[in-house]
Amino acid sequence: MTMESIAMTRQMLDGDKMIVNMGPSHPTTHGTLRIVLELEGETITKATPEMGYLHRGVEKLAESLSYQQFIPLTDRLNYCSAIMNNVGYAMAVEKLLGIEIPERARALRVLLSELSRVADHIVCVGVNAVDIGAFTAFLYLFKQRESAYDLFELAAGQRLHTSFTRIGGLYRDVPESFVPKTEQFLVECSAAIDELERLLTHNPIWHDRTKGIGAISAEDAVNWGWTGPSLRAAGVPQDLRKAQPYMGYETYDFDIPIGTTGDVFDRYIVRVEEMRQSLRIIRQVLDRLEPGPVMIDDPKVALPPKEKVYTRMESLIHHFKLVMHGMEMPVGEVYSATEAANGELGFYIVSDGGKNPYRIRVRPPCLPIFSSFESQVKGGLIADAVAVLGAMNIIAGELDR
Amino acid sequence: MVIEHIDAQIPGAITDRHAFRGDQTIVIARENLLAVVDLLYREGFQLLVDITAVDWPERADRFDVVYHWLNLASQERLRVKVPVADGVAVPTLTGTYKTADWFEREVFDLFGIRFEGHPDLRRLLTWEDFPGHALRKDFPLDGGDAFCMEGCTAPYNNGSRG
Repeated sequence: MTMESIAMTRQMLDGDKMIVNMGPSHPTTHGTLRIVLELEGETITKATPEMGYLHRGVEKLAESLSYQQFIPLTDRLNYCSAIMNNVGYAMAVEKLLGIEIPERARALRVLLSELSRVADHIVCVGVNAVDIGAFTAFLYLFKQRESAYDLFELAAGQRLHTSFTRIGGLYRDVPESFVPKTEQFLVECSAAIDELERLLTHNPIWHDRTKGIGAISAEDAVNWGWTGPSLRAAGVPQDLRKAQPYMGYETYDFDIPIGTTGDVFDRYIVRVEEMRQSLRIIRQVLDRLEPGPVMIDDPKVALPPKEKVYTRMESLIHHFKLVMHGMEMPVGEVYSATEAANGELGFYIVSDGGKNPYRIRVRPPCLPIFSSFESQVKGGLIADAVAVLGAMNIIAGELDR
Repeated sequence: MVIEHIDAQIPGAITDRHAFRGDQTIVIARENLLAVVDLLYREGFQLLVDITAVDWPERADRFDVVYHWLNLASQERLRVKVPVADGVAVPTLTGTYKTADWFEREVFDLFGIRFEGHPDLRRLLTWEDFPGHALRKDFPLDGGDAFCMEGCTAPYNNGSRG
């Protein structure tokens, strides 16, 4: 039975209930997803999410691409923080290969990951506020998001689809002007976050719309498979950067904010505080950034520099081997998880030793969170569904893959 | 550590095991899945991180259903693989883990593996009358004839529809 016919029959069966169709292109769904709401007056009695509008078969495509070729596809998962997907994927392949990347590459990965975490939280908090009716906060924040994207452009040459990592390091080093511009961003963004808090944190209208909405217990959140800021808002201090440190996160000084009730307000507070912590980490990276290579010195993994390819036979051979036959991959399977802006972003790679991966599975953080949508909004008002959806930070590219 | 507990409490349940790059993997038979999951839950593996599958067309038990668990207290990870033949159903985990609901729907959608006892086993990512299951190895990359307009070639399959 199709969704339409379910809607029709339900309406015919109980005439006093109303079916409201939210999406697939609704201003508050932020990407194409659809929710069929069954209402009794203003109260939601049933919510049926329908997804897949942005399903591009990324995992299927991966099986016919080489390990390096898959990197641009990871940009298009969570397109609000593309660099974190690049990093998560590159780390998974590096784990499969069993290689370590240079110190500067690690530091820059941390820096850009935290920058994209700030950008991602800006989108989530700003847009959530717009959906509820607070437009001003969105405007102040999005100016900072533009600055963050300018920094991505400076580093990667691209604003959204950065494709900045390579297996074994980074595509290139950042230019000289990157560090002073990032320092300027730290000052301006920190002021903007203060401004945001003055606008929203003690705003009684904001409290009315967010407190107690979408509340969830810690046990339920874990059972639903929640991770990231949403889980931490429910009071579980689980952050992979602390719990299973990678890329040297154990050497940085930062705190993990947690909430108590898991409602929309707690998720907002957790995200705001995480932005501050991310700025703290960026500050520390800038302080210890040493010059050095950003790509591993291993001809079996990294492409040799172009001038060597044109002048030395060995480099030419390595170039040819890498491009035509790919890296020599061990046979095996790895699961590598990173703390992305939405939660645990995992890549499960199965290798049969060939040029292309045998299977790549992307574990999207927002799929389990979105699967709990009905239980979150059932019995609530339709206006609250919008607030809950915004605070979940559903990114359709990552949800549907 | 938890693997020893499974060995002690459900002897013979683990048919194969390996560790690679720090990842612990155990292989168990479909009949033992619920007993092992029950034990895992009691041992603190309360976060079911992921459910997916891998297709090995030349094997008798064609699919591996792959579960990833995380123990929030000890931060221990465990991968459990359940080999199943085509057309054989796997018991659902929706009774213990609510998050299994959509993950199992996705595996059903993309691999055609059925989950016994699942309350609402519908396709998740593709539509209802989608022909076939997209992540099976014998499903063509361009979707096959059902999706191909006249004269189109498959760019990644060297033109073949296999």
